[in-house]
Amino acid sequence: MNAVIHDFTTEVPEWRPRVKPIDLAEATPEQHDALKVTPSNTKVSDYVLVLANDVETLKVRTPLFNAIMYNKGGLSRAEREIGATAASVVNRCVYCAAVHSSRYNQLAKDETLMQRIFADGEEADLDERASAIFKFATKLSKAPSEADADDMQRLRDIGMSEEEILDLILSTALFGWANRLMHVLGDPVAKAD
Amino acid sequence: MSTDVVTRLASVSDDGSKVAAAVALRADVFAMTQAAHDAALKPNDTGGFTHVERAALATRISKLNRCAELAEHYAALLATYDADEDTLAIADPAFDGDAWSRINAVLTFTDLVAANPKATQPDDVASLQAAGVSDADIVRLAELNAFLAYQIRLLAGLKLMRGAA
Repeated sequence: MNAVIHDFTTEVPEWRPRVKPIDLAEATPEQHDALKVTPSNTKVSDYVLVLANDVETLKVRTPLFNAIMYNKGGLSRAEREIGATAASVVNRCVYCAAVHSSRYNQLAKDETLMQRIFADGEEADLDERASAIFKFATKLSKAPSEADADDMQRLRDIGMSEEEILDLILSTALFGWANRLMHVLGDPVAKAD
Repeated sequence: MSTDVVTRLASVSDDGSKVAAAVALRADVFAMTQAAHDAALKPNDTGGFTHVERAALATRISKLNRCAELAEHYAALLATYDADEDTLAIADPAFDGDAWSRINAVLTFTDLVAANPKATQPDDVASLQAAGVSDADIVRLAELNAFLAYQIRLLAGLKLMRGAA
């Protein structure tokens, strides 16, 4: 068995489920239909095969996920990844944090922001805009949410539009969802050689 | 006029405000959010969790997150069903069921995932399996929790945008 990874990393690990993925050979027509609308059409991941156990939710979740992370307009895709990563750090979802920090690095062509977040967590020393975004997303991800009017004011003070703020809320909240599946239903493990 | 639960509870009406305009731009997202609500709370295939149990669990999770609006919404949904006392008790975070029972395992898992997901361990899934909860039902329970986490935070954020938190 490959070792479970406990530290945050930008190298995407593999994911080992704690519950049984569905068997594609025995999938119902509804499960086939839901699996088709996932981004990966060459090989269906164990994660998606696990989620196919609750096919009605999976069917609506995939297009919702894509809309929140990739919709046109509003917040930049890179900054949506900050929201996703902040939630994943709060919820300690090492797998989600790896996927979305590395995506941020590609989009922003910068590795220092995520290095600082992984090294110092909520205390990370970031520039004014990134700090306002990261702090708001971190506090919104707590259970219960700790985001307050001052955090919202800071987003407006750095010049974010209402559309951008809404996209930040959506991408952060979405990872409150994703983390509770990825981190709860499986383990991030070192890639097989 | 929006019919989705989150914008209604956040009182984001079509009033020409900047917040309402931002929400209108993301109408597709809010429609899909409502579809996810229906899939998690009222699925056609309920598996091991009835609509009544789901409404009770959602009420509990909303209370654990101190989200009064959604706690009220789900309590009202729960009240539309003909629920027995044992199921109604699930909505109360102080209730944890008899030791070693199925419902005790379900509530222990739910409380952890709702309020302290970073602390979840492989044993938490194993405890559910040991209590006789099937793997498919574990996924259903995790999805209900996960959707609620999203919905609660989306509502909290919208209220802050409106300056109503």
